[in-house]
Parts: sequence; structure tokens; C-alpha cells
Amino acid sequence: MTRGRDEKSAAERYVAAFESFAGNGASGAPEWLKARRESAISRFAETGFPHSRMEAWRFTDVKPIAGEEFALAPKPAVSAAAEQAVESLLLGGANRHAAVFVNGYFAPELSSLNRLPEGVRLGSLRAALESDPTLLEEHLAQYAKDERNPLTALSTAFISDGGFAYVPADVVLEQPLQLLFLADPASGKNPMWHPRNLVVAGRSAEGSVLESYVALGDATYWTNAVTEVVLGGNAKIDAYRVQRESEQAYHTATTESYQARDSVFKLVNFTFGARLSRQDINAVLDGEGADCTLDGLSMLARRQHADHHTTLEHAQPHCTSWEYFNGVFDDKARGVFTGRIIVRPGAQQTDSKQTNNNLLLSESARADSQPQLEIYADDVKCTHGATLGPMDDDHLFYLQSRGLSRDEARQLLTYGFGSEILDVVKLDELKQQVDRLVRNRLAR
Amino acid sequence: MLEVKKLHAGVEGIEILKGVDLTVKPGEVHAIMGPNGSGKSTFAQVLAGHPAYEVTGGSVTFEGKDLLEMDADERARAGMFLAFQYPVAIRGITNAYFLQSALNTVRKEQGLEELDTLDFADLLEKKLEMIGWDDSLIHRAVNDGFSGGEKKRNEILQLAVLEPKLAILDETDSGLDIDAVKEVAAAVNAFRSDERAFVVVTHYERILNYFPPDFVHVLAGGKVVMSGDMKLALELEAKGYDWINGETTAVAG
Repeated sequence: MTRGRDEKSAAERYVAAFESFAGNGASGAPEWLKARRESAISRFAETGFPHSRMEAWRFTDVKPIAGEEFALAPKPAVSAAAEQAVESLLLGGANRHAAVFVNGYFAPELSSLNRLPEGVRLGSLRAALESDPTLLEEHLAQYAKDERNPLTALSTAFISDGGFAYVPADVVLEQPLQLLFLADPASGKNPMWHPRNLVVAGRSAEGSVLESYVALGDATYWTNAVTEVVLGGNAKIDAYRVQRESEQAYHTATTESYQARDSVFKLVNFTFGARLSRQDINAVLDGEGADCTLDGLSMLARRQHADHHTTLEHAQPHCTSWEYFNGVFDDKARGVFTGRIIVRPGAQQTDSKQTNNNLLLSESARADSQPQLEIYADDVKCTHGATLGPMDDDHLFYLQSRGLSRDEARQLLTYGFGSEILDVVKLDELKQQVDRLVRNRLAR
Repeated sequence: MLEVKKLHAGVEGIEILKGVDLTVKPGEVHAIMGPNGSGKSTFAQVLAGHPAYEVTGGSVTFEGKDLLEMDADERARAGMFLAFQYPVAIRGITNAYFLQSALNTVRKEQGLEELDTLDFADLLEKKLEMIGWDDSLIHRAVNDGFSGGEKKRNEILQLAVLEPKLAILDETDSGLDIDAVKEVAAAVNAFRSDERAFVVVTHYERILNYFPPDFVHVLAGGKVVMSGDMKLALELEAKGYDWINGETTAVAG
């Protein structure tokens, strides 16, 4: 196991940055958190940045990230642009519940946390270390595995702030809990942030959570986010995630869900932004009767690259999962989709279906799709299917034969790829927002 | 309305139509019958303008205009409609949205105002009432997961909404059971008029009992080898397509 000198020195830079971070701003953390951070940075020091010789990183090269000298962002002043963005992006008007972050820092002046129902928590993870230490010690950095992804380890090492949401047992939310991460380009050269989010839903709790990453302008920066979602027995969470980073930015993320029995988790995941993005979506069904749905849409153009590396792990019997990811790639954009389904021994009666459709709008666009089934039980139903290619001439002819011009037909067929995923969004305001993003992409 | 003269066409260098002649006037219903491989479906696709087919000779005019110079969408906006033998599925687009988009392109061409969603819903309701169908197909993605019968019904629904001057039905009856054939034929009958013409391409005479044609043509070997009225269809049914082969060979010989 030899590594190139550059990769090694890049890793050493982050270890040095960690030492300074641990000695300063992060020194007041509880002992358990310090221990988790220390163990994570040791892990990262061992592996360094992911590289293309690792199976899970075959199609995505993070050298551009390792090669830049990213540094923890300084705390920004809240700008007028951020204030405007908050008004146009947050759902729900005056009754909304939203925690807003700028360049990784919690921005209380932009957040709306006054009307939370009793017992419900939403806000900064850093503050929750004080207010809800037991919950955090129990759940924070306990699901997303540092050993699975070096960048998750890096996130754990740099845990400083992020969103914390908690829905107590039997509480049914009316409004979504929103976590908005703004990237303000006025933050100096090559800043990075490692937002760390924790969502905990108690027994039979119900609600929806929206997590968005939005750039206020074009700049090079790096978001390395990790979100852990924990569902207690019979809990029902609809999670939405919208990634609209700058096209000069890097976005790496892990979205980890952990489900107890009879819980229902639905994730609708939209990827529009970033020069390079990589998102690991790991869903663990660890209680009988749990149900998980992962729906995703990527729409990329120019030289954008997005890699969705998804794993559905059926650890217990009688669980169902459904995964449906669509990708639309124009110009020289590239999409990568990995759909791993693991059925653990004893997880009988697993029912899992995975679909990945990719539409290539230009001859230079590219998509890679790979299903990976690892089944260690004998009474299961797992299916997968993928499509990949340019727009079908027979489809175009069909629409043209009804009077639509070739351009209109192309747009309608492309819109169809987006609208299949839009249709599952239950938050009307969000649906309209994303619908506009999809239509803007078509109008190019 | 439609004037086809000595039409030659093929695909990938193989000639399939070898000089087809056909004249259709407003209000007329023409049935085109023929054995497998006779060129029936190719003829329908060529008329609609499928880009995979190459026209190598002859002419086609539609209301005096050179049809072969027009793209598929221009033909549709000029009032031509093809009910597909194998309609494709359009994922993510509801039937209602698709029909509204299609109708509005046609209306724009005719200088009519485009219909908004509410006005279109009214129009759709009236059409469904006319053909006696419920709205179960309307909010599903176009042909996505439709049964064979539902796909064929959906083609007829599009015909009803777009109100073409000339409708070509390409084996709309194939694969349907008798009840479905009657249902589809009744719906098409509701749109029969003095101005509208139909070309019904079919392998079986059965649908013609419920949608009687004015003329029946037999296509074989890429040419119209016989023309007549409904009696010809019945004779074909009784004697089979082998009879045609014998007759035409005899004529040719």
C-alpha cells in the first residue's frame, strides 16, 4: 500500500489543521466527542484521501480537492444576499421552522426557531451539545462509519457545528424542519466547511426534513457534509435534500439513515450544482418491517460531475426498499450511480427494487451505472434495472407525430425525467421551486 | 385530400413499398389490408413521416401540399394523425399534460388561442363523454405501464382531442379482444364526418364490421394489388391471404 507523495502531503496538511482545530476552537468539547474526533483523524491519517484504486472511488477522482489548499472558513458577516436568499428559499412563510448556516456557521439572525412545537428541537448542533448532551452522545457519529469513507472520517474529526433536529415520540409535525446551508463567496480563498447534521425521530414520530445547500455566488469552496438520520420504531420521516452549490465548488457528503422496526424513511434527493460532487447515501434497515425509499434526480451540464454511491442494507427480515434515480447529463457532464443492495443473513422476505435511468443529451456527456447485489439470505426478492443513452428516436417521432416540434419533443422528454422525481415531493412549495430549477435547465 | 402516386420507400436500403397508389377524399374511409410483410405498416409510418424510412420515388400530396417535404410535426399540425401500432411510453409526463401540449401546438398553427389547464380539462371531459370513456388514463404517464388495450384506447383518445383531417389507424385492432374492438370502433365512429377521412390499416376484417369502409385495398409485395368495397374484405376473410397471392400471380403471369 504505497501512496503518492502528493496525496500523503495533502492528508498531512489536514492532520496538522486538525491539531490546530482541536487545540483551539474545539477544545471545549465533551470528552466523548474529543475521543470520536481523535479516532476519526487517526483513521483519516491512515487512509488519506480516497483514490481511484479504491473500488468505491473508481469513477470519481478527488485529486482536485486534495490538490487545493482548503482551510476552515472564517466566520462571515451576514450579508444582504444571504438575507434575500433566506426569504426566497425557505418554505412556509412566517410559520416556518428553519436553521440557517453560512459557510458552516450557524446564523441565528437568519433562522426561524421561535414557533417549534413543544419538545421539538431544531437548531445548531454546537448548542445542542450543551442542551441535549445525552441525545448527542447516544447518536452523533454513531451511524455514518468513519472506516467506510475517509471523508466521513474527516467530517467527524472536524465536527464543530451543523444542524440538529429532534422530533420526540408520537409528535406529528405540521411544518417541515429546514436546514439551509448557504455558501457566501465573500469568505476568502478556498474555504471549506464540514457541516455535521443529526436528525433523530422518536417512536411513532412523523414529519419532514429539508436539507439544502445553496451558493450565493460563484466561488471555489468545499462542503464536506455528513447527515445522520435516526428513526425510532414506527417513525415516519420524509427527507428532502437539494444540492445547488456553485459550479466551481466541491461537494462531498454522506447521508446515513438508520431505521428501527416498522419505520418509514423516504429520501428525495436533488443534485444540480457543484463542479464535482460525491454523495454516499447509506440506508440501514435494522428492524423488521422497516421501509425505505430513495428517489433521486441529477441534472448536470457543462463539466459537472456527480457521483451517487448508494447502499441499501437489509439487516432484518420483512423490510422493503425502493430506489429510483434519474440522471440527465448535457455537454461534457458526467454522472455516476452505484446501487448497492446488501441483504444480511437472516433478512428473509426482503423486497428491494432499484432503477437508474440516465439520459445523455450530448455526445460528450457520460454516465456510469453499476448495480451491486450482495445477498446472503435465500428467500428474498431483489431486482434492478438501468437505462442509459441518448434520447430515443421513436420517442421523438411519437411526440412529433402529435404536432410537437423536435425541440419541444426533446424538452418534454427531458422534463419527464425530472418530473418523475418531482411528482413524489409532497411539499408543494418545494416542488414548485425545484420544478423551476428543472425548467431553467431545459431552457438553456 | 390525400394523393399517393407510385410511392417507393424502404428502410436501410431495402425497398418495401414498390409503387403504391392511393387517393383519399374527405369523408371517405379506406381500409388497407394485407398479409404480414406486405408493407402496410411501412406505408402508415411513411405517411406520418418516420425518419427511419427513406422515400425513393413517387409523390404524396396532402391538401395540395407536398407531404414528403414536411417533417412529422408539420404533418401533424397540418391535420394528419397516425394511431400507432406500438405506442411508446413517455415517462414522467401525464396524458393530460401531453394532450394539452399537443393540442396547443395544433391550435397555434390554426391561429387559435392556446387552452389553459382549466379550459383543456373541460374540453377533455367533453371528449371523454363523446366516446363514453372514464378519465382513468388521463392522470397516468403516457402509455407507461398501460396494457395493450389501454395503449390502443389512448391512441384513439389522442385522435379525439386533436381532431385531425386525416386519421391513419395502424393495426389499432391487433391484439384486442372483441369487446375492445367494438369499443374502439364505436369511439372512432363518433368522429366520422363528411370532412374527416380515415385510412384503416388492418390484418383482420373484423374491425371493419364495426367501422365499415367505403373502399378496401389489398397491399401485397409493396403494391396495391386489388381494390374494392367491403365485399373484398369479406372474400379475403373467407379465402385467406393465400388466395391473393394466387390471384395476383395469375394476373402477373
